[in-house]
Amino acid sequence: MDMIGMAITIAILIAYAIIGSCVGLLFMGIGRKIIARVHNRVGPPFYQNFIDVAKLLSKKTNISHGWIFDLALLFSISGILLTLLFLPIGGVQLLSMEGDAFLILYLLAIPALGFALGAGASGNPNAGVGVMRALVMMLSYELPFIITLIALMIYYDTTSLATIVKMQSINGVKSWAITMPPFMLAAFAADMALQGMLMEQPFDIPVAPHEIASGPMVEFGGKYLGSLMLYKAIALVAETTLFVDLFLGGGVILHGRFAFVINFFVWFALIFLLFVISILIAASFPRFRIEQAFSFYWKYEAIIAAVSLIWVYILVIK
Amino acid sequence: MGLYIGDKMMKYEEWSKLARKVSKKSLWMLHFCTGCGAIEMPPVMTSRYDMERFGIAPMATPRQADVLLITGYLTVKTLRRVIQVYEQMQSPKYVIAFGSCTINGGMYWDSYNTIKHLEKYIPVDVYIAGCMPRPEGIINAFIKLMELIDEGKARGWEKYQKYYDKYKENQRRVFNFEIEGENEEY
Repeated sequence: MDMIGMAITIAILIAYAIIGSCVGLLFMGIGRKIIARVHNRVGPPFYQNFIDVAKLLSKKTNISHGWIFDLALLFSISGILLTLLFLPIGGVQLLSMEGDAFLILYLLAIPALGFALGAGASGNPNAGVGVMRALVMMLSYELPFIITLIALMIYYDTTSLATIVKMQSINGVKSWAITMPPFMLAAFAADMALQGMLMEQPFDIPVAPHEIASGPMVEFGGKYLGSLMLYKAIALVAETTLFVDLFLGGGVILHGRFAFVINFFVWFALIFLLFVISILIAASFPRFRIEQAFSFYWKYEAIIAAVSLIWVYILVIK
Repeated sequence: MGLYIGDKMMKYEEWSKLARKVSKKSLWMLHFCTGCGAIEMPPVMTSRYDMERFGIAPMATPRQADVLLITGYLTVKTLRRVIQVYEQMQSPKYVIAFGSCTINGGMYWDSYNTIKHLEKYIPVDVYIAGCMPRPEGIINAFIKLMELIDEGKARGWEKYQKYYDKYKENQRRVFNFEIEGENEEY
């Protein structure tokens, strides 16, 4: 690759990291404000999470627990950035290939495993329990999510995210997948899976602060916790964007040369809406135990997703 | 040491001033409530007094926290744990001592197994007097701590590093009254 091309690629990557973390931190701040209003409190200012990250990054001592602990965060952040590059954002996708809908599933597992590696390297028993719970949670929400993904793949007869988004944006809002009855069921199952991916209540048992002292994060402090917050902010954007791409046409409502500006704002509004729904669910429900969460996903959500899959299959062969 | 922004170099002092301005707005607190003051904390955290509007949030572990809030009296046995927790925290770190017992022993002034002056064993930045202090008092103490951080006067953690031997000596003296064999680590 020539020098200019490489410089452009690096610049785009940095821009993605900055935009992703800024949007994510803004959302997390607004989420704290919404939860405070639900509790009848005033709540922190919406920019509180930017202050928190800046404070953590300016800490003077930072305890490390070996080189795996250091590299695991790098692993997580690079994995989530790669995921973000593969996702169409307002119809713009930087990297794409045939079968990237499957690839996304693997890419989403990389940061979680990196996080687990770092937590395991800290050697704290609370971190070990938290990692076990996080992996069980991942196992549980991925079953309904994969079934809904297969339903989409069968209906649109493709394994490429770009094609799924393109097919849904032919007639604007009217051709979004969520407007069709079988995909309404699928979207419900996928939204619950999203709740588990974001680790919001009722599925926040892996990071429960009162039970296992914030789980995998127990030994993270200073700059390590700051980078972890940045990773969570980017992960929030990536996971809500995945839902928007699958069911809401990637936020594409216009076509044309400069349509991507409008589409970008639509995408932003849609991921914000999804995040607010998830925060409102989180503010109203208590926490599931791990086996309750597991049976919720594998019994009820998986059945809902399977019904939508069968429905779609009948529609397709007719 | 410094950082380049534009043409001119930002001095280390200016840089740390900026860091102080940021970190005073986000104080994460670990409440060590083995004394009697624990009941004052829930109203401060929840909707009645809502400390989160100042950016203060309760944290689960010492690694994540900036402020160690110690309520009420400390027995010699608890002091050992407090010192462990304090040393696990990442600097800059601050200590708020809550209640009369941490200042001069309070109603436990002649007790055989509580410490009288917390200041002797770990550096305290802000005291809250009273038995019990009201939730307003706790919020007031946090705002005072914010002012001290802004002015660069909350330097307890630097004091602990500088006079480490003196603090350790005081700690060892009080632990020696405990049973033989249990004071190996200090």
